[in-house]
Amino acid sequence: MPFSDEALTRLRADAAEIIGRYPRARSALLPLLHLVQSEEGYVSEDGIKFCAEVLGCSQTEVAGVATFYTMYKHSPAAEYQVGVCTNTLCAIMGGDQIYAELARHLGADPAGHDDDHRDIQSPDGKVGLERIECNAACDYAPVVMVNWEFFDNMTPESARQLVDDLRAGNKVAPTRGPGRLCTWKEASRILAGFGDGQAADGPPAGPASLLGLKIAKENGWKAPEPSGGAKK
Amino acid sequence: MEGARALRGCQEVTDTLTPVLTAHWDEPDSFTLAGYRRNGGYSAVPKALGMQPDDVIATVKAAGLRGRGGAGFPTGMKWSFIPQGDGKPHYLTVNADESEPGTCKDIPLMMATPHVLIEGIIITCYAIRANHAFIYVRGEVLHVVRRLQMAVAEAYEAGYLGKNILGTGFDLDVVVHAGAGAYICGEETALLTSLEGYRGLPRNRPPFPAVEGLYASPTVINNVESISSVPSIINNGADWFASLGTEKSKGFGIFSLSGHVANPGQFEAPLGITLRELLDLAGGMRPGHRLKFWTPGGSSTPILTDAHLDIPLDFEGVAAAGSMLGTRALQIFDETTCVVRATLRWTEFYEHESCGKCTPCREGTYWMTRTLRRLEDGNGTDEDLDKLLDICSNILGRAFCALGDGATSPVTSAVQYFRDEFLQHQKEGGCPFDPAAATAWAGR
Repeated sequence: MPFSDEALTRLRADAAEIIGRYPRARSALLPLLHLVQSEEGYVSEDGIKFCAEVLGCSQTEVAGVATFYTMYKHSPAAEYQVGVCTNTLCAIMGGDQIYAELARHLGADPAGHDDDHRDIQSPDGKVGLERIECNAACDYAPVVMVNWEFFDNMTPESARQLVDDLRAGNKVAPTRGPGRLCTWKEASRILAGFGDGQAADGPPAGPASLLGLKIAKENGWKAPEPSGGAKK
Repeated sequence: MEGARALRGCQEVTDTLTPVLTAHWDEPDSFTLAGYRRNGGYSAVPKALGMQPDDVIATVKAAGLRGRGGAGFPTGMKWSFIPQGDGKPHYLTVNADESEPGTCKDIPLMMATPHVLIEGIIITCYAIRANHAFIYVRGEVLHVVRRLQMAVAEAYEAGYLGKNILGTGFDLDVVVHAGAGAYICGEETALLTSLEGYRGLPRNRPPFPAVEGLYASPTVINNVESISSVPSIINNGADWFASLGTEKSKGFGIFSLSGHVANPGQFEAPLGITLRELLDLAGGMRPGHRLKFWTPGGSSTPILTDAHLDIPLDFEGVAAAGSMLGTRALQIFDETTCVVRATLRWTEFYEHESCGKCTPCREGTYWMTRTLRRLEDGNGTDEDLDKLLDICSNILGRAFCALGDGATSPVTSAVQYFRDEFLQHQKEGGCPFDPAAATAWAGR
């Protein structure tokens, strides 16, 4: 559905701000695609048309970029996108089992999704299940991401509970993230460069990130002092 | 603890772990400007801005800092390749697209202390005479994107970014740019193409980015941890940094242990520490199991085995063992893990992430996946193994960028160390391993 006049006015103002960050306008395309995704939950033909219009390039060029990057959806995403890491380490630590059990929990046959990254959506449109690649949290394996927030050290049970809570509208908080889990559209807006005021929420680090520091402190281990001058 | 103080070559004796970048991650406000400044943060900025830019480059060169993103190219030398007085704008692009399987150090660093990266950016930009920097962070880490956005805003407000920084006349703008899901964009030339708003395809070199990078202007691309190491070098001196580590691999780095160890986590140590020492710190393998294979620096570095516990984890030591230090992403697998399954999954990853620009990588990863699947399912033959190695030799050195080379690493090394296990699948008509035994909850 084409954007309303109200939406267009709003999006054009946001787009101008995004383009203003870059020495060359075309650099704004990735954040602009995140922006139109924040409006509709995916990159629609109208979203592509909007990006092409504000950048003065062809819709084909925009579509070519939008289809290269896996974070852009080409059909409406769920309110909560649940990504199970099934790259090698997480898969072996249990990610494969978590993915298979969640797929069955949502009434799908995981075997039909062995070799692709297509979403399995719950009938209520609340939850979309997908395989994701390594998300840089291997010391918390197996890892699940919801709308790109970390859910560390998952089990099949905790993952099923997570999906049930998301579908029931219960409060869900990431392991290392803010107290309030934002929706897919809200997450896309942050990626376009517009903060949601939750940056200071949540811990600085999780326990695995701190393990080496903890052991160093217990043993009194430190980096050497600089010679011939006070450190800092 | 044994080996707590080890003498490494001609280097000074240092503690086993040497937290610098990770030293304040346990403070609740470590990611704020106030928290960072409380620990001496931003004190390197006035110091560096009081030096000649070339002296800043010389200091980083003398420290011996080598790129922490995997390739290990000397950072100061990279900076010195930027032509001066060329009348073109210069750019710094921070590669924060951490996506190499197993690698998980930059993401916690930016979550806990984004300001150390910004301080490093200011100093680097001053050194290379750049007035515009970009942090290209992968989009799939929402809270890290938030923390970076907040830190940049705080730094502007405090006058560390913007016009006339600290009254020195130096101007700098920093943009947090969220990627959109493409492993290839961690390759530096693909990153630039992506940052220009195109499909993330790698570019031919030469011209190198130092001459024609972003917008065909001189550009430095550095990893998050490399840039974040710069403030401590400016504050403590090149000799201090060089006193850590080994002869040709100076300084400290974050080592990430994951997988079948008792306690996975991040360990900041001088380069040259061994897996045996790190495993000891991580509480050993999970109880009742033994080490089977591991990656020293992500999936693109050939796997090693329990025969390599004592190699020094520095650039030279790991290379001598036939692999690469890479990103110090130590993924540890015990005897419950099927090496064919692991290799297949990594290969599926490379197939999925191949950008399609060059034939060896695009076609090679496609056929390797299918061949490996047949082997894992027990339908493979000896010829399939030879075919796999043949495909690898047709990718390695013939692909457009390092993604193709990396895709061959797990395959050739797995066949090298575990050829019999591939054949065992064929004999038994399927995978002899129980995947349930390898999970984090096995035996619970």
